[in-house]
Amino acid sequence: MRYSIFSLAAQALKGNRGWAPAWRDAAPKAEYDVVIVGGGGHGLATAHYLASRHGITNVAVVEKGYVGSGNVGRNTTIIRSNYLLPGNTPFYELSLKLWEGLEQDINFNAMVSQRGVLNLYHSDGQRDAYARRGNAMRLAGVDGELLDREQVRAMAPFLDFDNGRFPIQGGLLQRRGGTVRHDAVAWGYARAADQRGVDIIQNCEVTGITVQNGRVTGVDTTRGPIRAKKVALAAAGNSSRVAAMAGLRLPIESHVLQAFVSEGVKPLIDCVITFGVGHFYISQSDKGGLVFGGDIDMYNSYAQRGNLPTVEHVMEAGMAMWPGLGRLRTLRQWGGIMDMTMDGSPIIDHTPVQGLYLNCGWCYGGFKATPASGFCFAHLIARDEPHEVATLLRLDRFATGRLIDESGAGAQPNLH
Amino acid sequence: MRIACPHCGDRDSQEFTYLGDATVRRPAADAPAEAMFEYVYLRDNPAGPHREYWRHSAGCHAWLVVTRDTRTHAISDVQPARPARKGAVA
Ligand SMILES: Cc1cc2nc3c(=O)[nH]c(=O)nc-3n(C[C@H](O)[C@H](O)[C@H](O)COP(=O)(O)OP(=O)(O)OC[C@H]3O[C@@H](n4cnc5c(N)ncnc54)[C@H](O)[C@@H]3O)c2cc1C
Ligand SMILES: [Zn+2]
Repeated sequence: MRYSIFSLAAQALKGNRGWAPAWRDAAPKAEYDVVIVGGGGHGLATAHYLASRHGITNVAVVEKGYVGSGNVGRNTTIIRSNYLLPGNTPFYELSLKLWEGLEQDINFNAMVSQRGVLNLYHSDGQRDAYARRGNAMRLAGVDGELLDREQVRAMAPFLDFDNGRFPIQGGLLQRRGGTVRHDAVAWGYARAADQRGVDIIQNCEVTGITVQNGRVTGVDTTRGPIRAKKVALAAAGNSSRVAAMAGLRLPIESHVLQAFVSEGVKPLIDCVITFGVGHFYISQSDKGGLVFGGDIDMYNSYAQRGNLPTVEHVMEAGMAMWPGLGRLRTLRQWGGIMDMTMDGSPIIDHTPVQGLYLNCGWCYGGFKATPASGFCFAHLIARDEPHEVATLLRLDRFATGRLIDESGAGAQPNLH
Repeated sequence: MRIACPHCGDRDSQEFTYLGDATVRRPAADAPAEAMFEYVYLRDNPAGPHREYWRHSAGCHAWLVVTRDTRTHAISDVQPARPARKGAVA
């Protein structure tokens, strides 16, 4: 069924009893042209673009839990393309452009909201760094504006401008950045891919990757073996584990990141604001809850929950930026496992195994990348060559020294 | 999470700084570039017991090798780093 104002009205008149499931709950077939491992945002987007842009529809997305159970349903929903380095900027800008047309493309309301992303600066040095980043963005055709203190005050008068240690001097604003309802992204891509014939197989864990004479031949799963001409890995926080099934060791550590939601309040903050001293970012959902987060917990983790010291650290950063937050109660909190690379940037590439493709290393910024990640990964799988905006996101860049290290933190994944 | 420092006793993990995988070994100076690449960048990243460096930075400043399950954070062993390294197989 195509969703539209007419389908909504017709269903409303029938008491909303006629809605069909948005996608089929498929059982695995014996063989596919492409098996995608991981039914998160990136795996589902890859399936949609394989089917819609490349006509490859004999595809299965194999997900160990349910669609949306991974990071795609756990993130703080921020999208932006305010990157500095050439390897990242065109890729994230393509992603933002795809977000701008996504809802028409997949016929699903993902509540894409370009409410603006404002990064605060608190010192002369930080202003210069943001001016440089803003200039790099504009040179690459991305929108960016450097705001002074009074312009920031006009947008967000509630911030602590005269904090004794971290006075706010201004901010870098990307108006085209914003938020997207994350669950709807997973559901919308799942439905769009399903409508073109892709099988979305939930509760099916990949337990092995079969390789013969250096070429992938399929996967073993908890629901039996599946043969495949091509296998595409998009397992986010579990990337090292699935890659190890094909004998690969990745430049990745898995770390936990937490997110928090406050009780619902009336409209309070109409953009995304990030703190420039500690790591802290906040926005408000349409239900009224303030959605915020900060640093990762800093040590390797596969536990989808965080520890209290980081909770305290995030709250302290929030209070330093916006003291009024102390009047609110935190309602919910959870964690997700992220694939942190050694340079903080992602990988979309071939692997040494023929027919095995790798999509990983999204760190804590992979939600905004979802459309471009799927778009470029589908291009790579279908044509066996990288998409032009993803040519630098290579697996071998760590060996050749062509790193894409936005923060300059070096091979220390917990600092990116 | 609490870490039992062999010098200071059972302490809150906030007193410690994390470095990462303690099983990788810096190759000899004349080792091929490939060995250096593996040492700097590649990790097993296990879901399960992980031997890792922690420094008691708000305590005795000792480097420790902690064996912790990355799925549960249960700590099964804590050793001072220097003897632990000598005893370990390279
Ligand atoms: C708390 C938090 C906040 C974040 N905030 C932001 C943000 O504001 N903006 C932003 O851009 N990014 C953010 N991120 C990062 C972003 O969510 C991730 O980078 C991105 O979602 C990862 O891609 P994915 O959606 O495909 O991952 P996932 O949804 O995790 O998909 C991977 C899937 O693979 C499945 N899988 C794993 N192993 C197997 C197996 N063996 N067999 C079958 N299936 C398997 C998993 O079950 C999972 O569903 C945040 C992340 C977290 C945790
Ligand atoms: Zn100590």
